[in-house]
Amino acid sequence: MQSRLDERFTAAREEGRSLLVGYLPAGYPTVDGGIAAMRAMVAAGVDVVEVGLPYSDPTMDGPVIQDAADAALRGGVTTTDVLRTVEAVAATGAPVLVMTYWNPIDRYGPARFAADLAAAGGAGTITPDLPPEESAPWLEASAEHGLAPVFLVAPSSSDARIRLVAGISGGFVYAASLMGVTGTRAAVGTQAADLVARVRTATELPVAVGLGVSTGAQAAKVAGFADGVIVGSALVKVLVDAQRSGAGDAAALDGIGRLAAELAAGVRTPVPASA
Amino acid sequence: MATRTAAQPAPAETATAAPSVGAVREQAENWQAFPDPAGHFGRFGGRFVPEALMAALDELTEAYDQARADEGFVAELDRLLATYAGRPTPLTDAHRLTEQVGGARILLKREDLAHTGSHKINNVLGQCLLAKRMGKTRVIAETGAGQHGVATATASALLGLDCVVYMGEEDTRRQALNVARMRLLGAEVVPVASGSRTLKDAINEAMRDWVATVEHTHYCIGSVMGPHPFPMMVRDFQRIIGVEARAQVLDRTGRLPDAVVACVGGGSNAMGIFHPFIPDTAVALIGCEAGGDGVATGRHAAAIAGGSAGVLHGMRTFLLQDEFGQTQVSHSISAGLDYPGIGPEHALLHETGRASYRVVDDAAAMAALALVARTEGILVAIESAHAFAGAFDVARELGPDATVLVNCSGRGDKDVDTAARWFGLLDDAGGAAAGADPRG
Repeated sequence: MQSRLDERFTAAREEGRSLLVGYLPAGYPTVDGGIAAMRAMVAAGVDVVEVGLPYSDPTMDGPVIQDAADAALRGGVTTTDVLRTVEAVAATGAPVLVMTYWNPIDRYGPARFAADLAAAGGAGTITPDLPPEESAPWLEASAEHGLAPVFLVAPSSSDARIRLVAGISGGFVYAASLMGVTGTRAAVGTQAADLVARVRTATELPVAVGLGVSTGAQAAKVAGFADGVIVGSALVKVLVDAQRSGAGDAAALDGIGRLAAELAAGVRTPVPASA
Repeated sequence: MATRTAAQPAPAETATAAPSVGAVREQAENWQAFPDPAGHFGRFGGRFVPEALMAALDELTEAYDQARADEGFVAELDRLLATYAGRPTPLTDAHRLTEQVGGARILLKREDLAHTGSHKINNVLGQCLLAKRMGKTRVIAETGAGQHGVATATASALLGLDCVVYMGEEDTRRQALNVARMRLLGAEVVPVASGSRTLKDAINEAMRDWVATVEHTHYCIGSVMGPHPFPMMVRDFQRIIGVEARAQVLDRTGRLPDAVVACVGGGSNAMGIFHPFIPDTAVALIGCEAGGDGVATGRHAAAIAGGSAGVLHGMRTFLLQDEFGQTQVSHSISAGLDYPGIGPEHALLHETGRASYRVVDDAAAMAALALVARTEGILVAIESAHAFAGAFDVARELGPDATVLVNCSGRGDKDVDTAARWFGLLDDAGGAAAGADPRG
């Protein structure tokens, strides 16, 4: 049976384009403000939403997402608020994944988290610091509740590790485009295309590329070789900048809408990989 | 079992079914079996890191396995430990302290006399030699009190490696002297202004650096913590403390000590002195966690007494966390113990009962520091003062026929400012306990 997430990938493939995956942390600038921003990005063309669970020790994140997560935690956001956010965004019809470090799920209880996420309408999770070797409890809980457990590969991953990760991933495989933390980059390196090609030899699952994509042009380039384009820091930065400048919530939502529309246009005009 | 404060809910230990304590104890009889090939100490340890670091950890594990089997590597490390770091460090009979405390005979393993002033040099020489062997040209490190940062800067200068040390902004202020020392030694010190601005955030920042620079950079972790192989490798490099001390105590007293006491933050000096004694089941192994203002206040750094099982910094272990798995900020007068987690092998030793862990609060540690200074003429680090405070209780409990071995893990030169404020010894500044008698 195809999940909502699988259907989106299939449909995009038929349209000759990539899916656009947009990340924002729950609870930033407030729980309701975060929900409004996520809805705005869906309205402007984001296909799949990654709801970030703000965590105290985000070792994979650069300064933009760190700052937003810190602010969200200072504002008192909890796992319960994250689940409420998932429910509100899933109501738009877009598949919603929770992006989280492992300890918050570990503490909540994997079985309980899977049940509550599924009940909220969530499609799955992305767990960047949960390695395949430690994933058994989460795979079991995800399977029981029909959630897609998305795992990551990196340019440094051996072919054997790519097979291991691809073998347990559900929904898609997340290919980290570079060796580094989240954040915008001037260019997406050649490592990403090579990595995607290596993943394709290991699995039929769609492959989405994240880390460093921030503009429509970059999205178009990545769409030339990947099934999904994941954008995080660039979107978060729109909210952070609006908070800092005191531009107001309406201006922040306008900014999110403009960037999401630009990125959505990008994934619809893929640059052939050979170009 | 550990006591928990009312504010600390029981942990939801659901990710990995806990094996029965009996089964763990049975396994624990063969200590060479720990960790397993995936880095597990029972249900603790492992590797909870981004995939991008997995290849580097595999490479490091393999390089370390080869190096420790290579006579040339072992001989070079031994040569540096003897001719550069000042090993073996002495065992001191603390006569006047023993008399003052009024209990067991107290023996001190003098890691404070090692080069750079603490046990940290043992691990750093090993890791930096290994980094060179792996062809890395740059090392990065986190530091709390600055002792590990100073040791890493020292070894980097000696071996010609570039060195960057991440240090919480709060700690750069508390330990300004060590910041200057590291810079004199040619290291770059990066103050970390994110999160709680202490050791845990310095570790986060070092990990962010490493994931982007792993091709030419080695992350020289300073304690028995982090993802596999670090807890094993750092333990092995620190084991020399216990190997020497065990032979020295046997030579001095004709028998093994009744108890071995050490302070525990991440727990490297404790693991180093405990490990060779683990098969000696008649020897009590006692770790002293930093109690800050007291576990009941919530302002402490006692991961076992006041924490619960979870995942932090790449390992499953005990840590201070809230009901949603967010790391809680630790508190201790000692920057080196001010960490919300503990090494995974300590978590196993606690769970199997082979070691026990006590809490020593700021006031008890500072009183111990003053007593050791006045009776033995040794100004110990505030970290080590926690071990002394715990050892005084143990010495009284065991009585005069017993022997207690204390790991004097570091010297207190870096802490003079903090101690002077605590005891109100400065003419122009009132201390936290101004006018307090340093005799406690």
